[in-house]
Amino acid sequence: MSAGPGSELPLRNRTAIAGIGESDIGKLPHMSGLALTAQAAKRALDDAGLAVGDIDGLLTAYTLTEPFVMLGAVLCEYMGLKPRLCASMVAGGATPAILLGHAAAAIVTGRANCVLVCTGENRASGVSRDTAVSALASSFGHPYFEYPYGNSIPGSYAMIARRYMHEYGLTREQLAQVPVVTRRHAALHPNSHMKAPITVEDVIASKPIASPLNLLDCCLISDAAGACIVTSAARARDLAKPPVYLLGIGERHTHEYIVSAESLVRFGVTESGQDAYRMAGLGPEDIDIAQLYDCFSIVPILELEELGFCKTGEGGEFYAAGHAALTGRLPVNTHGGMLSHAHAGATGGMLGIIEAVAQLRGECGERQAARADTALVHNEGGILSSHCTAILGREPR
Amino acid sequence: MNLPPPAVNADSREFWEAARANRLLIKRCDACAKVFFPPSYLCPRCWSDKTSWLDSAGKGTVYSYTIMARAPAPEFAARVPYVVALIDLTEGPRVMANIVGPHALETAVGEQVAVCFEDRSEGWKVPQFQRAVA
Repeated sequence: MSAGPGSELPLRNRTAIAGIGESDIGKLPHMSGLALTAQAAKRALDDAGLAVGDIDGLLTAYTLTEPFVMLGAVLCEYMGLKPRLCASMVAGGATPAILLGHAAAAIVTGRANCVLVCTGENRASGVSRDTAVSALASSFGHPYFEYPYGNSIPGSYAMIARRYMHEYGLTREQLAQVPVVTRRHAALHPNSHMKAPITVEDVIASKPIASPLNLLDCCLISDAAGACIVTSAARARDLAKPPVYLLGIGERHTHEYIVSAESLVRFGVTESGQDAYRMAGLGPEDIDIAQLYDCFSIVPILELEELGFCKTGEGGEFYAAGHAALTGRLPVNTHGGMLSHAHAGATGGMLGIIEAVAQLRGECGERQAARADTALVHNEGGILSSHCTAILGREPR
Repeated sequence: MNLPPPAVNADSREFWEAARANRLLIKRCDACAKVFFPPSYLCPRCWSDKTSWLDSAGKGTVYSYTIMARAPAPEFAARVPYVVALIDLTEGPRVMANIVGPHALETAVGEQVAVCFEDRSEGWKVPQFQRAVA
């Protein structure tokens, strides 16, 4: 494969996130998935200081709880938009960051001026938990070769954790540090779904799901939506809030089903990150905060390593030593991630993007990181199958 | 509730039909000799559209596994706790199966397993694996 297009493409510094909006979060049976998305979109638009008529593009993901196939068109109809650009993309949890890249490309190439990127799902209230788990299993396990074996999404990530423990000697206690540190961050965010403090012992004593993963190693199931307004860097500078520039973005897609993953300890995070770093002209040492995908406790450990924040096999120790905490060397998931802030389909990753923007603007109050000039967001979908890394900054590079 | 039969489509039919006769099929590329699974129309390495089914000897090593404490669907609930494993066949490809039989819950990464076939409804069978040391 070629060295990558990152350095040649003129996306660096050209676009910015001008507005962010998060819906109410939790178990909200009075809100449909569309309503949650509209609420987040309205908040993002207000945040940017823009009017409805300014939006000329809409990019969204998918929903498993409501019977809408053309979700982008459905959302346009629901919100009274008639944009010149609209698409619904399905790359699992990697979708939001991928949408950010497409929004930036659309703006730089003149296909749209102001793109609403939004995701939302009523996954806590829209279906029963059994239906949600079963829908996920049939969506992300191979329907023709894996279904008879009763695997699940947690089962696949558990096999990743098991293999990682086998190869690198990660302990159960180190693994449990991930949800513990993340919960501490969630407690500092007013909109988090879960805030009660937890300990390593609580994680290890929580209900077994798929060994070695227990309930508290697994992300939440929430009703939640998120939105951001992407526009040109020049225009963003004249809007209500300080722009947050897109400095670099990269993707990698290696497989869909776990049986076709070449390794369970090394995924496409590395190449996705390398393309993003190359476009931004930055390296891991230049990143102040990271919003990593944390659908299960093992995932941020792998991502820290593949993104170059620590050596292979040392991600667990990174957490155990406090480096991922708000006061640490690289604050990770300062809003509480999917483990504690919220997770609803593609929205988990979107909330990481929103938190990165809030941190870079310095709006985070008691959970504000001491240094936040650059942020890295990594989204992944499937079974660490699809990846997108975005690097954001307070200043252009 | 009974354990489910396999879902059959045009890509998987031959695999599941063979399993009814206690055979574990994988694919080999006629052009570049790549042995692969799951089966597909093209060789995933060289894109040759000339591929053949190959009988696996049914021996392999556990690459990773989990013990499922919560079933993803009601039809698996009665089996809990059960082992889902990824097995590296001696021919190369990796397959998913349950580890069944004696002491299945003591499965470990790296150990040897051998194929067996488990009955499902309507005469369907699914390839499963047993621990060689059990």
